[in-house]
Amino acid sequence: MNDLSAFAGPSIEWLSISPLLALLAGALILLLVGSLTNEWPKHWYSLTAVATSVAAIALSVVLWRDVSNDGAKLLIGGSLTLDHFALLGSIAICSAVLLVSLITSDYLSRDGSDAPEIYALYLTAAIGAVVMISSNDLVVLFLGLETLSLSLYLLAASNRQESASQEAGLKYFILGGFASAFFLYGVALTYGVTGTTRLIDLNTALTSYISVPRNDVILLIGIGMILVGFAFKVSLAPFQMWTPDVYQGAPTPVTAFMASVGKVAALVALMRVFVVAFPSRSDDWGVVVLVLSAATLVVGSVVAIVQTNIKRMLAYSSISHAGFILVGLEAASHRDSVNAGDGLVAVGVYVALYAALVVGTFGVVTVVARNSSSEANSLDAFKGLAKNQPILGLVMTVFLLAQAGMPLTSGFVAKFGVIQSAVAVGSYQLAVIAMVCAVIAAFVYLRIMVSMWLSDSATTEKVSVPMLSRFAIGLAVAFTLLIGFLPSLILDLTSNLAELATK
Amino acid sequence: MIAASSQVLSFPILSALVVLPLLGSIIVALLGKSRPEWVKLGALISSVTTGALSLWLLAAFKSGEAGFQFVSQHLWISQWGISWHLGVDGISLFLVVLTGILFPLVIVGIDPHHNETSYFAWMLLLQAGVMGSFLALDLFLFFVMFEIVLVPMYFLIGGWGYDQRVYAATKFFLYTMAGSAFMLVGIIATVALAQRDLGVITFDVVKIAEGASFSTNAARWLFISFAIAFAVKVPLFPFHTWLPDAHTQAPTGGSVILAGVLLKMGTYGFLRFGVYLFPQAAMWARPVLFTLAVIGIIYGAIAATMQRDLKRLVAYSSVAHLGFIVLGTFALSSQAVTGAVIQMVNHGVSTGALFLLVGMIYERRHTREIAELRGIQHVAPIFAGVFTVVMLSSVGLPGLNGFVGEFLILIGSFESARWWTIVATVGVVLAALYLLWAYQRVFHGEPDEANSSFKELNAKEGLLMAVFVAIILFTGIYPKPMLERIEPSVNSFIEHVEGRTK
Repeated sequence: MNDLSAFAGPSIEWLSISPLLALLAGALILLLVGSLTNEWPKHWYSLTAVATSVAAIALSVVLWRDVSNDGAKLLIGGSLTLDHFALLGSIAICSAVLLVSLITSDYLSRDGSDAPEIYALYLTAAIGAVVMISSNDLVVLFLGLETLSLSLYLLAASNRQESASQEAGLKYFILGGFASAFFLYGVALTYGVTGTTRLIDLNTALTSYISVPRNDVILLIGIGMILVGFAFKVSLAPFQMWTPDVYQGAPTPVTAFMASVGKVAALVALMRVFVVAFPSRSDDWGVVVLVLSAATLVVGSVVAIVQTNIKRMLAYSSISHAGFILVGLEAASHRDSVNAGDGLVAVGVYVALYAALVVGTFGVVTVVARNSSSEANSLDAFKGLAKNQPILGLVMTVFLLAQAGMPLTSGFVAKFGVIQSAVAVGSYQLAVIAMVCAVIAAFVYLRIMVSMWLSDSATTEKVSVPMLSRFAIGLAVAFTLLIGFLPSLILDLTSNLAELATK
Repeated sequence: MIAASSQVLSFPILSALVVLPLLGSIIVALLGKSRPEWVKLGALISSVTTGALSLWLLAAFKSGEAGFQFVSQHLWISQWGISWHLGVDGISLFLVVLTGILFPLVIVGIDPHHNETSYFAWMLLLQAGVMGSFLALDLFLFFVMFEIVLVPMYFLIGGWGYDQRVYAATKFFLYTMAGSAFMLVGIIATVALAQRDLGVITFDVVKIAEGASFSTNAARWLFISFAIAFAVKVPLFPFHTWLPDAHTQAPTGGSVILAGVLLKMGTYGFLRFGVYLFPQAAMWARPVLFTLAVIGIIYGAIAATMQRDLKRLVAYSSVAHLGFIVLGTFALSSQAVTGAVIQMVNHGVSTGALFLLVGMIYERRHTREIAELRGIQHVAPIFAGVFTVVMLSSVGLPGLNGFVGEFLILIGSFESARWWTIVATVGVVLAALYLLWAYQRVFHGEPDEANSSFKELNAKEGLLMAVFVAIILFTGIYPKPMLERIEPSVNSFIEHVEGRTK
């Protein structure tokens, strides 16, 4: 029946996947041209990556307008989607690539180890991430996930002089492999029950009671395993163990990359899979998400308190942010409520704002801590920072306050949206848990601020902030404050985020 | 951008009251590097102008009118129905004026000793936040202001406080933030529920209070979520433990502002948001709040009596005084609420002045231990005289401002909260006890060697205290202008509450 000669490939909408193509071109240029030519002048590798991401952002913006005019649609025979949700994720990812590349260049130039590979890996990781968030098929999603993860393993281990970096890479690789296996097994079981891996077809199959019974055990195990796979990638408690070690061991710019691009991709994909494919079983996974979210919030904020290494603190803080984002997914699981779509919008806004915020925060850590050894990254490195360098101290303070969710920063807008979506569907308990955990987490940010403002530094030596890092951190802080004062800017864009591509 | 509303006003005075200190703060921060010598002048100009504006507001305020005046409303976040919505009525008027006056006095009167630039910048930012809290008529805007105040206060305590300053600052920040965490959920839920009645999403507190009706159960939960935030801020027993630490460790300027206006954000919040939005739930929760308030009055008084540190004593006396204000607020009679509003201002003036005086003692003697001080009356009679007036105002002596508020509260509460009021009256006696006893120990007797060189008030300090004494005397002797402005708003507030609870 399946005669290969009769196989006709699906038509490919080249324009609609142009951001992906741009990223691919950039990665190839860096890898091929970079390896065939002599060393490029300072910062050129990074600027190529920057140019690539700017191009990808520009193309995404053009596509955004198309979607606004013509509506969302499916691409390449229904394997990819083109909608605002995916595009917002792409823009966030490419912006993170842009900022991280700038910071990386200064970081590597400091000891003269700037090379094209790391930027090429950023771009391939971004390709994987963009595929992940716009996939409409579990297998395509898996391809994206692996592309992203493999790049991240390499990136984590990219500092060959540092054994901690090697260890981080290996640890990440092994645990990431586990997660992928869980995910893949979940996909297989789901396929076994429904006969499809397309998200939309999954929903169609699952809503017909004749083909799949309401409480099909195999299906529920499948969904559960997919969720576990994601939980590893997003580092939800109790699957978060690897995060602090990997975040600490990896070179700091790479940590910024993992915390932004890795998180955004996994969370957006997680949202899409559960909202598009499994809404009919939301009663079952909604409870699990609620428990995961609460556990993640509590673990992320409480365990952060006892850390003394700034990268570990921020690793736990990123865990608690993931818990916050999951509050939005929980809200989206209340399908009977008219406000269930709010959860999706809130998550979209959250990840977009969080990406800039976390890159900015780690950007400051990168310039202050100089290298990724654990002494350089202890909280002591920040002692008296604000006294020596008020502007750098102030910028870091803005980031920390934003992470704590203080008003007039983007962090508050993000948190507000998520809490609003939870309250709108009546998940008051989770909203309260999330807010209380935000207070606990605030203690951690206060500790860093105390170090910066209220302790005396051991040295009066000033930290130099190189040009490109300065630019990247400046962009991030400007964005954080701008959205904090005028949230309408992003809310206008995201008003129809909940209209996902379905045909 | 913020869209212009249809309302055309000659001068947006309320917005100016919030924006001016904010601008001042930014300018001061920028001046710090290039022109450090202009920093204090900049802070002064900004705060004095704000103070002058607030006095102009007082003069232009139409007495006898109940509603909000000088309202300015501009759309801010249209998607969420949030606007920059400010307004002033009799309940908030004097708190705004107090904020306007207290800040320049603190900025003129108290020298931060180090890092002037950041001190003044935080101070002015604090003023903007406090002003905004008292003027906001939009729940979201109020929350933003209520929360943003934490940041400058945290830095003021942490940066310019005494030995345990970091501990105290962190405790202050976390306690208050934990309280407002519940309020944020409450605010969002209020708006979501009100949307069903109003048909639109809005954070406008007046629209919600007048137009929305909540089910009994929902209203109770919402009230509780607001009440937690305000109870921590006031602070009500048993949420008060951050206050003695914060007060003791804060620099004098910080203490004055904390006692003078920051705590009032809690009592004001109870009135403007808690009771106004959920009158029935407030009625339901009354017995608990009365009890906590009275416990606070008695406990604060007893704890104050036992303190060895003069500043801690004043801090605990705050707990007691704020208990009276909460008692009056929830008695929900016209007299009691008027008394509560007056007492908010009075407590700000007299406790603010007390903290200033204690600060001056510390400046001279580098100790606040009561046992270390003796016979100051002999060497500094004017200082002692001023202290006496301020202290008696805090005790509530007739003829001084404290009496007016306390008396109205007790009379107004007697009907609806008889037994609680009777117990609270004991607190008045206790207040006289601990303050007079402290006075006796510090000022009477023969000065020993260390105290015999205690310097008299200098001209600047004298002028500073003269302002406080003038307010204390004027309000005590002739409270009518104040009452005229407060009462109409309170009466219409009580009408609203009674209309809803029948």
